[in-house]
Amino acid sequence: MALRSILSKNTIARSVGLGLRLGHVRGLKTLSLPDLPYGYGALEPVISEEIMHLHHLKHHLTYVTNYNKALELLDVAMGKGDAQTVVKLQSLIKFNGGGHINHSIFWNNLAPTGEGGGEPPEGPLAGAIDKQFISLGKLIDKINAEGAALQGSGWVWLAFDKELGRLAVETTLNQDPLVTKKATLVPLLGVDVWEHAYYLQYKNVKQEYLSSIWKVMNWKYAGEVYDKSRS
Amino acid sequence: IMMETSWSCCTNLGPSGSSLLVTSDMSKLFQKPNFAQLCQQKKKELQGPRRSAKVHAYYGLKSPPYKLDALEPYMSQRTLEMHWGKHHRGYVENLNKQLEKNDTLYGYTMDELIKVTYNNGNPLPEFNNAAQVWNHDFFWESMQPGGGNMPIFDLLQQIEKDFGSFTNFREKFIEASLTLFGSGWVWLVLRRNEKRLAILKTSNAINPLISADIPIISLDMWEHAYYLDYKNDKGKYANVFMDHLVSWNAATVRMARAQAFVNLGEPKIPVA
Repeated sequence: MALRSILSKNTIARSVGLGLRLGHVRGLKTLSLPDLPYGYGALEPVISEEIMHLHHLKHHLTYVTNYNKALELLDVAMGKGDAQTVVKLQSLIKFNGGGHINHSIFWNNLAPTGEGGGEPPEGPLAGAIDKQFISLGKLIDKINAEGAALQGSGWVWLAFDKELGRLAVETTLNQDPLVTKKATLVPLLGVDVWEHAYYLQYKNVKQEYLSSIWKVMNWKYAGEVYDKSRS
Repeated sequence: IMMETSWSCCTNLGPSGSSLLVTSDMSKLFQKPNFAQLCQQKKKELQGPRRSAKVHAYYGLKSPPYKLDALEPYMSQRTLEMHWGKHHRGYVENLNKQLEKNDTLYGYTMDELIKVTYNNGNPLPEFNNAAQVWNHDFFWESMQPGGGNMPIFDLLQQIEKDFGSFTNFREKFIEASLTLFGSGWVWLVLRRNEKRLAILKTSNAINPLISADIPIISLDMWEHAYYLDYKNDKGKYANVFMDHLVSWNAATVRMARAQAFVNLGEPKIPVA
């Protein structure tokens, strides 16, 4: 835990240093790796400790690090008025920034079985699910089907569309955050279907990962986001 | 246990007469009074249980040109068993299932099938499976036990010509593998139009057949290709591929064949 906060402090120090050297102090806010709200082994046996460790400390941290690097380069390019570099950096920022956003949501979407993981939704969200998808089971089937059909790397989302005022099941490719699909989509629940999310444990049986992950799904968090986005 | 066949074909000739072009009327034209009878006889012979004429052509899973443990310790047997035995096999089986239901795609060669189902950027559902079958066949053949090192003779010269040096090419290839977003492949291709070698990154199932470039080697950057052996260390995987796995022999053969389609200039004929 301490190591992680040191890492983030270093990043901020580096970026500020760069800014000063170039003669402008643009208060560059870099990202830091959020802590997991539970231990690495807390989601066993649904998601192994090994996967959680790699997923959080290697994959997610890499997205954070590379996003910060890209942000620094963007700052330099913006200061120089280097439009070509500014545009060139967009894909790096989308990929790494998206990776951070998506995984930050994901860690909150999951909870150990003793602490609410797997408990079905309650309140307004439950009502909306039943109204729109007939039952929770049918919604889960739909999300699993979309996840299974997704080719390559990406995410499946249960989202709330603020414009239409209804729930939606959406997929995004690679690390594209949900907003890139439609600006009014609010992610409630996301399922990471990149192979790194399940491969060491489930190998190529993606369907088993998809059907198992609902045992650690934190519907309470989804409900809270839903309530907030409707207010 | 590996399957050796790459093609198996079976036809069911049914009673719908697709194989027989004459009717009883035409027999009068031919003035062969027994022709109609012969036709009926033949029909009955060929007639098995009542089935409509359907031709099934299947793709088979081609095995890599080495045993599954031959690439150890650089690519484990466990990876080959999963990657070839489950993923690659899965693509083949799913493609066959799709082709069973789709008469219009019957008769295409694999290369053609890929181009047709790519549908100019709006891919049909069969594209993913067809392209991935081809991609994996090509990938297994891009590696060999005792691979790595450097190419020689013409291929090396062409690499040096188009990339400056082999070291530079190697660096660029590995950089491409590290900068690919999501799932995909890294290729060394011979560009038809520019008549030069180039490094190409493609997403998911896309391959250079789409752009009519000629692939020379490929590296699978889908996570399932390296995760069991290298976890998230893509750099180590790519370096190991270059140092110990890539088959420059296969590349040389492909390059020689490519030159039948792309004129790379005058051959260097030694002067006596």
